[in-house]
Amino acid sequence: MNLARFERVTRRYGDVVAVHDVTLDLDPGVLVGMLGPNGAGKTTLLSLLQGLRRPTSGAVTLFGGDPRDARRRRLLGSTPQETALPETLRVREVIDYVGGHFGDRVPTAELAAEFGLDDLLRRQSGSLSGGQKRRLAVALAFVGRPRLVLLDEPTTGLDVDGRRTLWDAIRRQHQAGATVVVTSHYLEEIEALAQRVVVIGGGTVIADDTVARILARVGVSQVRLRTVEPERLAVLPGIARREQSGEHEVLTVADADAFVRELVGSGIDFHDLAVRGASLEEAFLALTARASANGAGGFDLEEAS
Amino acid sequence: MSTAEAGRATPEAGGTVPSVWQLTLLHARYQLIETFRVPIAVIGTLVFPALALLFFVVPQRAVADNPVYATQAVISLSVFAVMSNALFTFGLTIAENREKPWDPYLRTLPAPGIARVLAQILSTGLLGLAAIIPVIVVGGLFTAAEASALRVLAGLVALAVSAVPFMLIGTAIGYAMPFKAAIAVIQIVMFGLAFIGGLFLPPVLFADWLDTISKFTPSRQAREFVIRAVQGGPLEWWVWVGIIVWTAVMLAAALVLFRRDEGRRYR
Repeated sequence: MNLARFERVTRRYGDVVAVHDVTLDLDPGVLVGMLGPNGAGKTTLLSLLQGLRRPTSGAVTLFGGDPRDARRRRLLGSTPQETALPETLRVREVIDYVGGHFGDRVPTAELAAEFGLDDLLRRQSGSLSGGQKRRLAVALAFVGRPRLVLLDEPTTGLDVDGRRTLWDAIRRQHQAGATVVVTSHYLEEIEALAQRVVVIGGGTVIADDTVARILARVGVSQVRLRTVEPERLAVLPGIARREQSGEHEVLTVADADAFVRELVGSGIDFHDLAVRGASLEEAFLALTARASANGAGGFDLEEAS
Repeated sequence: MSTAEAGRATPEAGGTVPSVWQLTLLHARYQLIETFRVPIAVIGTLVFPALALLFFVVPQRAVADNPVYATQAVISLSVFAVMSNALFTFGLTIAENREKPWDPYLRTLPAPGIARVLAQILSTGLLGLAAIIPVIVVGGLFTAAEASALRVLAGLVALAVSAVPFMLIGTAIGYAMPFKAAIAVIQIVMFGLAFIGGLFLPPVLFADWLDTISKFTPSRQAREFVIRAVQGGPLEWWVWVGIIVWTAVMLAAALVLFRRDEGRRYR
């Protein structure tokens, strides 16, 4: 049985289309990364699953029912934004407040130990640091022993240590059986955590696959070189993206071999040539760039390979 | 289903689930804790009416020693306590929740909306009760105010009924403006309604024109309604018509403002 399903879901706010004709299944046991620039529709998709909003058309199902029905949300866990925590309540009270909604909940002390909050239970949440608030917010998602967990930007604003601590906790929860959806615009985070990546852009799903396969299928590479005539590079085919880094031109290309042949053949002056495979970040930028070039109609991965 | 999931509850058998009543108590409890963590926010509501009775009514023996006038003074300040409590808790809670994302988060938890509405009414009601008790105690000890237990009970019911327009006015203000503006507007509305409604000075001292205006205010209507419940006597038609009209108008206004707010917030 799948835990949640979007079936041809569209959500409009007035004239603005936030989500356009999205079909998506969330199966048990996976750790899904949802990736996309701000305003791509990630938060809208999550709020539809949380029952906060109704789709304009199409159907959203959670545990086989309507997420707007409170009973369907018994096995759903999600995080508040860190600015949301009620400042005057103590950490223990915030955990008990949220935990009180679930019949079978994780004891406060156990949850606090898991997320490194032991020493903070008596502190008012308004006095916590940014990283402590983040840990508390993520811990709240797990207090009801959920089967589906939605983490919206869980590590935004954390330093490297804080981020890794939180990732470890999320991985342990996932191994204990929770299905986890993580949204992020940190590609490193998705690369580190997720097995499956759903790339959202312009309100549609533009890619949905494993991290490795997205990288392989997109097949983008990065080419760095120096040249005295950078304007002539523009005529070369297959450049998805072009930036300058110091004296270097940094080009994201679909087919590095073909590009280098063209470059040599064109007679353009160049030196310090370096070629390497793309990171998820470059793949993502290439995907969203091409999707927007193709209009809102989406992007067929097969064409790119 | 994999073995890793076996330990977790299935959607069909989600273990014991808190009842609506338990969830109402849960929300009311933490709403009250939050309120009392900033004591200055409640101290005005809890202490001011009793202090007003102590300083302005008790020393005037002509009023304090007259059972009818003293009882009316106690009732006026009880109405004031209930009104300021309803305006402040509804108005400020709603204005604050619109600016803080905690409320949308609570809506993602498995509690039906009715539990959250009941909790708001319950916590407001308990605070209102806490504000009236000192007024009744001061009135009973230091003035000639008198009423049978049954009449006091009737008065409490009447107070609860007449509090509805104030809750709705608070709701409308909460949805109409940002938090900081809401604080100022609620104070102006509260003192305006208290003076014109005869809660601080009895309406018998009013000039005719002021008395006429007064009869259109929900505070004056609430005062007369509770006085009739406690002291008996005929209920004039404008009292109950006024309460019904204010309730209907403010309910409509609150609904319009609520919808407009959703539209703007979610654009």
